[in-house]
Amino acid sequence: MDDILKLQNVCLTYQSDLFETEAVKDLSFSVKEKEFVSIIGPSGSGKTTILSLIAGLMPATRGEILYKGKEIKKVCENIGYMLQRDELFSWRTIEKNVFLPLEIKKINTEVNRSRAIELIDKYGLKDFSKSYPSQLSGGMRQRVALIRTLSSNPDLLLLDEPFSALDSQTRLKVVNDVYDIIKREGKTAVLVTHDISEAISLSDRIIVLTNRPAKVYKEHVLNFDKTLSPLKRREERGFSKTFNTLWRELNNE
Amino acid sequence: MNNLLSNERKRYLKKVKLDKILVNVTRILILLVFLGLWEVLARLNVIDSFLMSMPSKIVATIIELSKSGELGMHLTTTLYETVLGFLIATSLGTIIALLLWWSEFLRKVLEPYIVVLNSLPKIALGPIIIVWFGAGTKSIIFMAVLITIIVTVITMLNGFLATEQTKILLMRSLGASKLQMLYKLVLPSSIPTFISCLKINVGMAWIGSIMGEYLVSKQGIGYLIVYGGQVFRLDLVMASTIILCALAGLMYALVALLEKILIKKK
Repeated sequence: MDDILKLQNVCLTYQSDLFETEAVKDLSFSVKEKEFVSIIGPSGSGKTTILSLIAGLMPATRGEILYKGKEIKKVCENIGYMLQRDELFSWRTIEKNVFLPLEIKKINTEVNRSRAIELIDKYGLKDFSKSYPSQLSGGMRQRVALIRTLSSNPDLLLLDEPFSALDSQTRLKVVNDVYDIIKREGKTAVLVTHDISEAISLSDRIIVLTNRPAKVYKEHVLNFDKTLSPLKRREERGFSKTFNTLWRELNNE
Repeated sequence: MNNLLSNERKRYLKKVKLDKILVNVTRILILLVFLGLWEVLARLNVIDSFLMSMPSKIVATIIELSKSGELGMHLTTTLYETVLGFLIATSLGTIIALLLWWSEFLRKVLEPYIVVLNSLPKIALGPIIIVWFGAGTKSIIFMAVLITIIVTVITMLNGFLATEQTKILLMRSLGASKLQMLYKLVLPSSIPTFISCLKINVGMAWIGSIMGEYLVSKQGIGYLIVYGGQVFRLDLVMASTIILCALAGLMYALVALLEKILIKKK
């Protein structure tokens, strides 16, 4: 059982008063333990929908989604979801924001809290643990959001364009930070993005989606040196070639 | 510490301070000029002090009222009605808003009723209220509650419903129950709405209690105003109005203080 996540012929149809929309059709792919997989697709191709399905926020119309061989029916404790914006609560301190998943999942124990505090300290936010979100920069806030996602110790992270709200300078740095944290903590990650270079700089494998209704159009396994940071990867020879291939696939389809 | 400040900073701080003083002085000056003109014009018989009264007479009336103990009685009556109406309406209204937030079905069902109740001039219900609750304090409190509660329900419900969708998504992705959603997200993020609702309610409760007193009362500040009008004692009307201003201002100041305490954490 190497696959931590497996989607088999997943379909999703949205219902509204006037019509129904097929957002996802016969989508199948799987993710291995500790793998970093990016999903890219044309805008409006249902990328976020796929993450919502995996997160257990809504049921698939047809097909199966398996986490470690078990079907996902509701929100699963071992899956962490990171959103586009940090969504920190302004009335809570950084520390209290990080504790939020522990409180919600009713695992707010001494051990878990000290583990969360360790994460805060380890990733350079020690001096800010008693500060409020408004006192932090955008990049730091996004780092807090990742630590919040990690505080309940999930195995699988779902990242929904978590860098898109940042300015380009901060973005490169935060991408590095996030990659570093995810690798050091030994997590599996599924990233959804429309940014091709971001996907290449982070992933072990990239899944290209078709237009709506989304299904897998192509898969690319990337063979960059695993010790390179996302920023360093951008200087590698294969980078621009992969970029061109993906760009053509996204636009000609 | 002072010698660490640059000259520009010092000049800026001085200007801020000066501006503040200027605003305060002008405020007081307007009041003094207004009162002075009123007094002088009345004394010179340019304006009729029987119709317009005058500051010195108003002060004399207030002193007279407080000496005879009447003022305390009227004051506590109205204050009691207003504060009780305010508290009942605010708490009950917030609870109703919570129920409506909780159940979308209930919200949809009750929407037209709330709209109608909101547009209805509550004073029109005066006779019904008097018949039901009698010509006394109960009716007045009920009037204050009635006027305040609908606004509370609408304001608070809108506040609850305005909780950011993406934050709700975050809570859902963590597997939050509806109750957790309420007390971890919806309630704390609605505190600013609650504060502004309190501020509106202070005014609303006063309208309710004074209107109630106009209709039925035998005592209270509203009663004094109506009585003064009927017997053509404008000194009494003006004196009561000024007392009312002071009370309403005081109650608003208390809410502002509460705001400081609640928002301090931010």
